[in-house]
Amino acid sequence: MSDSRTSTTSPAKFIARVPLWERIRVRVGKILAYTLLIVVSAPIVVMYVWLFMQSISTRVLLGFIPQKLSLNNWRFLWSEVTIGVRTYTNIWPVVLNTFLFAIGVTFLVVLVSALSGFALSRFQFRGRIQLTQMTILLHAFPGVTLLIAIYYILFVLWKVPVIGPIIGLNSIWGVVFVKSALEIPMAAWIVKGFFDEIPWDIEWAAYVDGCSRLQAWRRVILPVIRPGIASVAIFAFLAGWSEFLYLFTFIFEQRNFTLSLYVKQLIGDFKFVDYGLLSAAALFYMIPPLLFFLFTQKSLLRVSFGGVKG
Amino acid sequence: MATEAAMIESPQRKPISLLARLKNIAVYVPFLGPFLFLVVTYFFLPVVLTTALSFTSMDSKMEWNFVGLENFRRLFSDPIIPGIARNTAIYVILTCVFNVGFGFFLALLTTYFVERENIGLIFRSIWLLPRMTPSVIYIIMWQWFVSPTELGFVNQILRAFGQPPQAWLARRPMPILILVNGFIGASFGMIIFSAAIKSIPVDLIRAARVDGASDLAIVRRIIVPMLKWPIMFLTIWQILSLLASYEYILLLTDGGPFYKSEVWSLNAYHRAFSSLQFGYGASIALVLVVVGVIATFIMLKLFGFQRLMEPAKAGA
Repeated sequence: MSDSRTSTTSPAKFIARVPLWERIRVRVGKILAYTLLIVVSAPIVVMYVWLFMQSISTRVLLGFIPQKLSLNNWRFLWSEVTIGVRTYTNIWPVVLNTFLFAIGVTFLVVLVSALSGFALSRFQFRGRIQLTQMTILLHAFPGVTLLIAIYYILFVLWKVPVIGPIIGLNSIWGVVFVKSALEIPMAAWIVKGFFDEIPWDIEWAAYVDGCSRLQAWRRVILPVIRPGIASVAIFAFLAGWSEFLYLFTFIFEQRNFTLSLYVKQLIGDFKFVDYGLLSAAALFYMIPPLLFFLFTQKSLLRVSFGGVKG
Repeated sequence: MATEAAMIESPQRKPISLLARLKNIAVYVPFLGPFLFLVVTYFFLPVVLTTALSFTSMDSKMEWNFVGLENFRRLFSDPIIPGIARNTAIYVILTCVFNVGFGFFLALLTTYFVERENIGLIFRSIWLLPRMTPSVIYIIMWQWFVSPTELGFVNQILRAFGQPPQAWLARRPMPILILVNGFIGASFGMIIFSAAIKSIPVDLIRAARVDGASDLAIVRRIIVPMLKWPIMFLTIWQILSLLASYEYILLLTDGGPFYKSEVWSLNAYHRAFSSLQFGYGASIALVLVVVGVIATFIMLKLFGFQRLMEPAKAGA
């Protein structure tokens, strides 16, 4: 980036030489900025490095120097785990639960937000503005307020014959509905934005050719915003994978646990903490979000910045 | 002329039959139906239910036992409530200040002071990492960091200086919690402020430099005024979302030791789900809603008024 002080557009009389103390001051300022950044960012780096190092060794010095490499920490992948007095079952059903939950949330969020986003974008109906206002308002509602009542609702659903155990309390699918319902307003808003961008002509052509609204939506317009839908899907999956609070509140049998609950159980007492096992399990749990982070960090950060590039 | 046209057209308007009306609505059903069903069941209905529940003494028996204002009377005479209210105030205000202030600090450092785009990007990525980590894992890392045993990071550093290990979470849960939430919250501010700083026309800054302005002056006179709106928005948003947040507190200290780090929303959660006193918990949650609404009004009034006074600057 060219320094304006040496710009050739300045008047000839203007001396384009930078005084020494000026350069020193700038240099010191830069060093200070870098140092500050490194110091405040250090804890985060230390923590993540520790997570990795601790998972592959039995003892770690000062957070990042492993002392004895070992794969024993990863034994939960192939055997039962006993810490102190508690035994934890095989992890693979738990992984399946987590995966099913995340997929369930993704599917529901994508489907409903694609449908309702379209309606919000295209249809003029009474109360449209009020509806969007209400849902945005509710998004800022204290979560715990909703949780208490939802527990009751799930309890009632639980008692329903046949489908009760599936959509009610203590069920993965019950929580899928809860989580999706809470994510959908925001997702619908985002998808609405995508639909808004699409010119009317494509849709008009579909109607002229005899499509119903649904057919036009499915065959013509949805494919156009496929990348947008894909990003909504990815975010929904990650949100579902990382979910802890609702699962913790509504699920109480170990066989229905997801990885977040499994790992939390491992934390246990301070007396029995096995950091090696804990960090390995945590790292295992973190694989999808980590992959996503590594592959998209550049585009993630670029996308958030509109505006003139510095 | 328009009325004449209307009068000419009006004889062609027939009353819409019920069947036609139903057909009209039928178009909406597949699109808005699922959405409405989910939003009503899991948003609107719970709001109504919680309000109703707060007037009952529902417990593990799940029975509707209306007791009027009994819950609220009990709530305001509970001796631990003032402490919880104080904890909540400290937590919300300090974390908000941290999030906004530190977010600004980070944005400034990574977009203005650090001129290499790549390095700024690296640091911003580092700060985004906690936000993308599942909460349980993030807490595990912090638990290790401030662990009371010798294995904890801080204690290991202390040991290098010959000091004994300390039980940080037991002694100072609040400051640690502020940092734990702050590291996550600051990244949000960092993103918003970075975008805002990057959208400031570079020529403004260059012109200021040519005029001999120091970095501090540039920050104070150019950057901060341009960020007034994001700062305002973020403060309001953070205060409201912090009032309702408790997941990390639940995971790290669970309100302990002995309610020392218990905040209002967490207390509502504990009462409802640990003690299974749903009615009482609902009443605690309801108070939170009222506080949130009042806080929103106050803040909008405060900030809205200022916004009336200062018209939007070009490029802001």
